[in-house]
Amino acid sequence: MFAKTLRRTLCSLWGSLVLLGAGPAFAGYSDTLNLREGVTDISHKVFDLHMLIFWICVVVCVGVFAVLIYSIMTHRKSKGAVPATFHESTTIEIIWTTIPFLVLVAMAVPATTTLLALEDTRDSDMSIQVTGYQWKWKYDYLDEDISFFSVLTTPREQIEGAAEKGENYLQEVDNPVVVPINKKIRFLITSNDVIHSWWVPDLGWKQDAVPGFINDAWTELKEPGLYRGKCAELCGKDHGFMPIVLVAKTEEDYAAWVAEQKGAAAAAADAATQTLTMDELMTKGESTYNTTCAACHQANGQGIPGVFPAIAGGAIATGEVAGHIDIVVNGKAGTAMQAFGEQLGAVDLAAVITYQRNAFGNDSGDMVQPADVAAAK
Amino acid sequence: MSTATTHDEHHDHGAPSGLMRWVKTTNHKDIGTLYLWFAFIMLMVGGAMAMVIRAELFQPGMQIVDPNFFNTMTTMHGLIMVFGAIMPGMVGLANWQIPMMIGAPDMALPRMNNWSFWILPFAGTMLMSTLLMEGGGPAFGWTFYAPLSTTFAPASTDFFIFAVHMLGFSSIMGAINIIATVLNMRAPGMTLMKMPMFVWTWFITAFLLIAVMPVLAGVVTMMLTDRNFGTSFFDAAGGGDPVLFQHVFWFFGHPEVYIMILPAFGVISEIIPTFARKKLFGYSSMVYATASIAFLSFIVYAHHMFTTGMPVAGELYFMYATVMIAVPTAVKVFNWTATMWRGAMTFETPMLWAIAFVFLFTIGGFTGLMMGVAPTDMQYHDTYFIVAHFHYVLVTGALFAIIAAFYYWAPKWTGHMVDERLGKIHFWWSVISVNVLFFPQHFIGLAGMPRRIPDYSLQFADWNMISSLGGFAFGLAQVFFIFVVIKTIRGGKAATEQVWEGAHGLEWTIPSPAPYHTFETAPEVK
Repeated sequence: MFAKTLRRTLCSLWGSLVLLGAGPAFAGYSDTLNLREGVTDISHKVFDLHMLIFWICVVVCVGVFAVLIYSIMTHRKSKGAVPATFHESTTIEIIWTTIPFLVLVAMAVPATTTLLALEDTRDSDMSIQVTGYQWKWKYDYLDEDISFFSVLTTPREQIEGAAEKGENYLQEVDNPVVVPINKKIRFLITSNDVIHSWWVPDLGWKQDAVPGFINDAWTELKEPGLYRGKCAELCGKDHGFMPIVLVAKTEEDYAAWVAEQKGAAAAAADAATQTLTMDELMTKGESTYNTTCAACHQANGQGIPGVFPAIAGGAIATGEVAGHIDIVVNGKAGTAMQAFGEQLGAVDLAAVITYQRNAFGNDSGDMVQPADVAAAK
Repeated sequence: MSTATTHDEHHDHGAPSGLMRWVKTTNHKDIGTLYLWFAFIMLMVGGAMAMVIRAELFQPGMQIVDPNFFNTMTTMHGLIMVFGAIMPGMVGLANWQIPMMIGAPDMALPRMNNWSFWILPFAGTMLMSTLLMEGGGPAFGWTFYAPLSTTFAPASTDFFIFAVHMLGFSSIMGAINIIATVLNMRAPGMTLMKMPMFVWTWFITAFLLIAVMPVLAGVVTMMLTDRNFGTSFFDAAGGGDPVLFQHVFWFFGHPEVYIMILPAFGVISEIIPTFARKKLFGYSSMVYATASIAFLSFIVYAHHMFTTGMPVAGELYFMYATVMIAVPTAVKVFNWTATMWRGAMTFETPMLWAIAFVFLFTIGGFTGLMMGVAPTDMQYHDTYFIVAHFHYVLVTGALFAIIAAFYYWAPKWTGHMVDERLGKIHFWWSVISVNVLFFPQHFIGLAGMPRRIPDYSLQFADWNMISSLGGFAFGLAQVFFIFVVIKTIRGGKAATEQVWEGAHGLEWTIPSPAPYHTFETAPEVK
């Protein structure tokens, strides 16, 4: 209790210190000045440690600066100062080597306990695999057979300045990762292509997603809520555009969400057998293209020369249908072209391939149906 | 004075004229000048890239460049500032000053000295030419983590690798030259423990360079073979490990940051005693502290990798080892403080930069300590908090030291005193704007803004705008610096031999400007 009060006091002191410096113009901005306290035991521990070290630094810093400033003000030639001749003192040098050492040892104690707690992923209640992709996240619920991708939903117009930016600009996704409260959740974090880093500041940690390796981390949330995060490791062009949204639900709400997800999966499987018209395919294809393909191949299908091939007039989009389906479904090893067969449903795949073969002046007239794609999968 | 050889006595050994003077020169002063100009030009190029970055980040949304080019800018800015501006700047200072400070006629290996400089413009040109290549320049950050820099990188990456190799050759040759000079060319009576601090710090830095530049060459060569010859050092699909890249890179990368800052410590340790009119406090503890920092720099590198999934025992070890660096670093700051204490200080421009260095480097040191603590680094890592940290140590640390060194030694180089009024304008303009630029980055980093993103969510907008304004002002201040430098070269009050009232050391016993050849007869040091 005392620790908590002390922490609050010190934090508001830090806030006012900064505000004094920055002036009244920035009143109300104190939540953008300091580390987030977060919502878990670990994040509180990390925050307390952060404030402890911060204050140690401030005290030492103020001490050293005070001596420096006093000296600068007083020991001036213009004030008639005569230089002293001392230039060493073994005693004082031993003292000022020992004291920082002892301070560091004292700091290492809470740092060690916090680190050990942070890294202790044993005895978890459930596991979620998090896979980084250029530039989206995939979540696999290992105990529930649920799997989905999570992609940025901020419209391109907002990014390009053609529309007003929404409140959650660059922090919103289509499918948030949903977790129950009061459960120790283990995250198994990996990547499909380059290194990413999964970071929700309110949980108190980030963990790199390394292709070919699985890292783990854990959290246990106490309150339902919505927490936002971002990819923290440079992962290519759209590194800034792959946010994370984490929703914590009560146990009942979580169970309802799990049931809903399983229903949706069954509906998608049914849809794979239907036959669509050209208009339906083109409309659906355009929207899938813009959310999934345009980041690399560009909204106009021109790609980026030397990096991402063009779809407009491209050899694959104007070549054999089977080859086109193959590269979209299975990807191309050793390049940024992912295997979209695991990311998109058969309907979306059929639509986007149809769209690519008919948009951007490709005008092949080819139609690809979900069944064609399912056969290739 | 009597030991200095003036121009007039040796007409046949004067400076040749024309362009070939600079191409063929083996004179340490000429080569020092070349290094310094190269560093200055690269500072402007890297600075222009920083302006592009700050302009794009001025407000949320994509306005000026596309995300890929933004990544290219952050990458090239980092590479050019580290390998093009700070390192050559420090080598330029070493070339000019080390022979004059130890009473040597020149560097020990003058022809190699010429070669190690002339590699640089070619390496720099090759690096920059990637910007014009199809697919764009390197866009994977100056730390070029695999597999983003191998499997997923543009074709120009092979040119980047070759440029890094050439920069490495240059640095290693420069380091060999400095070690050979310091060990063999000291004037009679100048024992190692009588050497000026600047010489000591560079001597230790040279060993760091020789130890780690081959490691950098190794890691880029592994990239090269992964990219072109089917090896899988960093490709898990072939049995490799992407994190291996980071181990090898940071085994180079961590000592590299000390390569950039140790000579800066040396510069500051020269300037403060001069203007405090008092001997450097704790000379021998300064030497030992520098050596300790250099040694520790090899065994702490993985604190850059706390979030990569290291075993907890590794995290604990690297945390403990890392925070230990605070001890020798604190000793240095205490020693500078004690040197100023009860001195008789005056505040000419070099002293102002040196004092700003002590204050602002200390801030950067403290944020470094905060990041050395593994559990809190889990939050700070890869955010603007670390961007703020390393700019405090590299801009207000290393760069401020190079600028301080210019103001301190330029009268010896040019024979002209720097216009104090202009120097002070440059100082106050820079020191205020650099804090407006980098201090708010602590806030946005703590609040959760990752580094290397071209666009950000709205809660970071205000501080980014302030930071950008500071950035533009700081950039302009350095354009003003060009004017100060050129004005000083072209004229100004004539400098005396000693230049500064409190200056001691061999370089202050020769005329200003320093003659083309100095100490052809070694001085006697008592």
